[in-house]
Amino acid sequence: MTAGSIIGHALPEFVLAIGILVMLLLGALGGEKRAWLVTELAIGVLGLALVACLFEPKSATLLFNGLLVDDAFGRFMKALSLIGSIATLLMAMAWFRRRGLDQFEFPVLVCLATLGMMILISADNLMTLYLGLELMSLALYVIAAYARNDARASEAGLKYFVLGALSSGLLLYGASLIYGFAGTLSFVGIAAMLHGTASLGITFGLTFLMAGLAFKMSVVPFHMWTPDVYEGAPTPVTAFFASAPKIAAIAITLRVVSVAFPGITGEWRQIIIFMSVASMALGAFGAIGQTNIKRLMAYSSIGHMGFALVGLAAGTAQGVEGVMLYMTIYLVMTLGTFAAIIAMEVKGQAVENIADLAGLSSTNFPMAFFLAMMMFSLAGIPPLAGFFAKWYVFVAAIHAHLYVMAVLGVLASAVAAFYYLRIVKVMFFDAAGATFDRASLTLRGLLAGAGVLVMVFWVWPGPVVAVAHHAAQALMQGQKP
Amino acid sequence: MFGFGILSGLVFLPLVGVAFILTQNDQEAAGRSNVRFAALITTLATFLLSVVAWGRFDQSSAAFQLVEAKHWFGNGLGYKLGVDGLSMPFVLLTTFLMPFCILASWETITFRVKEYMIAFLVLETLMIGVFCALDLVLFYIFFEGGLIPMFLIIGIWGGKRRIYASFKFFLYTLLGSLLMLLAIMAMYAQAGTTDIPTLLATHFSAQMQFWLWLGFFASFAVKMPMWPVHTWLPDAHVEAPTAGSVILAGILLKMGGYGFIRFSLPMFPNASHYFAPMMFALSIIAIIYTSLVALVQEDMKKLIAYSSVAHMGFVTMGLFAMNEEGVQGAVFQMVSHGLVSGALFLCVGVVYDRMHTREIAAYGGLVKRMPLYARLLMVFTMANVGLPGTSGFVGEFLTLLGAFGANSWVALFATSGVILSACYALYLYRRVIFGVLDKPSLAGITDLSAREMVLLVPLVLLVIYYGVHPGPILGASAAAVTHLVKGYDAALHVTQTAALLPLIGH
Repeated sequence: MTAGSIIGHALPEFVLAIGILVMLLLGALGGEKRAWLVTELAIGVLGLALVACLFEPKSATLLFNGLLVDDAFGRFMKALSLIGSIATLLMAMAWFRRRGLDQFEFPVLVCLATLGMMILISADNLMTLYLGLELMSLALYVIAAYARNDARASEAGLKYFVLGALSSGLLLYGASLIYGFAGTLSFVGIAAMLHGTASLGITFGLTFLMAGLAFKMSVVPFHMWTPDVYEGAPTPVTAFFASAPKIAAIAITLRVVSVAFPGITGEWRQIIIFMSVASMALGAFGAIGQTNIKRLMAYSSIGHMGFALVGLAAGTAQGVEGVMLYMTIYLVMTLGTFAAIIAMEVKGQAVENIADLAGLSSTNFPMAFFLAMMMFSLAGIPPLAGFFAKWYVFVAAIHAHLYVMAVLGVLASAVAAFYYLRIVKVMFFDAAGATFDRASLTLRGLLAGAGVLVMVFWVWPGPVVAVAHHAAQALMQGQKP
Repeated sequence: MFGFGILSGLVFLPLVGVAFILTQNDQEAAGRSNVRFAALITTLATFLLSVVAWGRFDQSSAAFQLVEAKHWFGNGLGYKLGVDGLSMPFVLLTTFLMPFCILASWETITFRVKEYMIAFLVLETLMIGVFCALDLVLFYIFFEGGLIPMFLIIGIWGGKRRIYASFKFFLYTLLGSLLMLLAIMAMYAQAGTTDIPTLLATHFSAQMQFWLWLGFFASFAVKMPMWPVHTWLPDAHVEAPTAGSVILAGILLKMGGYGFIRFSLPMFPNASHYFAPMMFALSIIAIIYTSLVALVQEDMKKLIAYSSVAHMGFVTMGLFAMNEEGVQGAVFQMVSHGLVSGALFLCVGVVYDRMHTREIAAYGGLVKRMPLYARLLMVFTMANVGLPGTSGFVGEFLTLLGAFGANSWVALFATSGVILSACYALYLYRRVIFGVLDKPSLAGITDLSAREMVLLVPLVLLVIYYGVHPGPILGASAAAVTHLVKGYDAALHVTQTAALLPLIGH
């Protein structure tokens, strides 16, 4: 393989890596004055990487002796992560500037985390998996505590770091067990060694590996950090946590189970089913008592990861397609919702209680309307996009005869509907409270854009569904040696 | 025309009105007036268009007509609309009742007029869609999407306990519908398509039918509503604004019955046969128990809400009798109840607008101040009782006839419901209209205004017209019902023969 074609296949990563170096140089030489410029440059670089992602490879290609793989599935998930990162930076620019935190390090860290996600999504080897995961996580630990004068943010960063380090340890332990019993780190190699049966060592290794990944996806029982970190971190950072890293974590989980362990579905499926059902239930019940909207969104995201895993539990191409569509729609809903949460400011002070939204429909109807659409969509009410997300994962589960899980899932979603409705109730039925400041054009645009997307998804869903279908087929075919 | 058919036009025409209303400013009186007229004109135009569709509809055929299909999601999910004799009456009922809802809200809705009208027009789109959809997913989208506008209508413009009522309405319905969604997915998993005509021709195994039937039952029983999952209805009715109650009783409840007739009976005949005794039992409980409950209500709207549950009991009884009289009676009863209960809620709205209370005890002797009102309410009360000559009689009589054909005990108990309905309806009428007008607050009450006359007189005429000449509705559904019953009997016959075959073999 020529250097040219290697660069071609890893173009998004190269663009991002070189961009980061340039940004660092600019920042280091120019200091604080360059923060705005670096942020804009970062958005440009991420945008370029996104464009690079859109050129799909004809077939799955292994790079660097099988350390990375470039396929349609990876490109799809990378594009989603990049969209999440770009939206985060757009939302964060003005927010940080108003708080005197506009340093050039933030965009660089976001780009580094994104590069980690790219590598993670493309990993075809346990070593690259760990590399990508750590690159992503280390950058995330720092930005969680980015508002370093804020005690809550420091607490969030510390919590995230300690628990994250623990989970990395679990993951490494699992990876070493798998390596010990399979004799290889390559996903395809592991699948070939297993012959469809799992020794006790592999099962152990798999369990630890899943535990490490579950932490990044924030699913039960490794979700404990989520509410505190979501609440403590600066709101744009919370938006980032809720979007891009989750997509990367879900993507690598999909890839690991369907490429490295396709023959032993029974071994990992029970883990996924437990995590999925427990997350859906905890997400639904945990959110009911919350008064802080960021904490509520934390439980909501735990629940949504549970729903996404429903598709994974099916273990079929249809399930993978379901997860991909779920994550696409989840990304749009999350970014839209967080755009609204960031816009919750009264006289320059951020407010984040649900009660602060009281009567929003009479003080700021467009914001209330679009946020309500987000809530109905998150609750999965048709014809909004959130319904189709659930449709695709549950159809896959029903196809795979996972009836009990499907019933538990829809029950959880009925419970979850309660707290989404509560937000609509506060905005539309309650008497008006304080008026929010006029939000920036970026935030309004993001919220309205996301709102329109979830509302009209049903009109012309064909292209997204077709791309996801194609990418899912590619992932499942790629597993055959 | 424009690449889509008349049914798409019907479904999406209200949204054109929404687009216009969005451009108006309802902060000023002129804007509010524009919004009201735009909503009225849109609903009238939709009604006219539905009459045109009715003109193109061939009553003698049992097939789906005016069908239009478009590529949508792919993989078996298509955009497909069409009507047959079972759905056409409901489409007309929906488009007919909508202008009344707009008129009923003309003066009573004073704040957020724009949002109110938008919610109603969106709701109309979704309700027409429910009855026209020929794809299960499309059906589900319309069916479930209606929750959003109705939730807002109850929650924003409702009474004192509106928040409780709106949550109860939403969550009850959602939970039932989600189980139906799983059943839809299971059908999709087997048949590979959600096309309703294809699924009508698909045979599901007896065990699968059992679970699928239960999934659909969970949704339709709540929507209908059947005892014991009816408790959301009195709350929702009491708290909803008048027009919201009209839509709830007139159309949303009919979606449950329509669902049974469109899906449960023809698609799962064996399961329907198996569950018929349970349905009879629940229907009888609904008829007798909720009639008794209606008897002791202090609130007019609550009384009518419970009477709705009882009347819906006749519908489920007639449907599961599974003979032509029963099913036709059920369809007729649904349409008639849509008109009668809608009218009753409008009548309650008339006095509520004046007195701002629905307490029965707050009224009495209204005939002295409101003679016109007393006469019109008399007709609707009699129709609610099922007096011969009103449309209420035809539906109840036919369903009872059907029940006799299936099981005379069922008919015996159900008939007692007719007597009970006379008790609570006449008792209500006596307390509100007759007696001495001794309450000082009532001394200045005025009779019906011109707008209210326009609201109620057409309904009176229709209730009496269909009472003496039920032909139009029965004729529209006859072919489809015959087809349905024949298919049902044939399916049961096949399974019974199959069950006997091993015995013959030995």
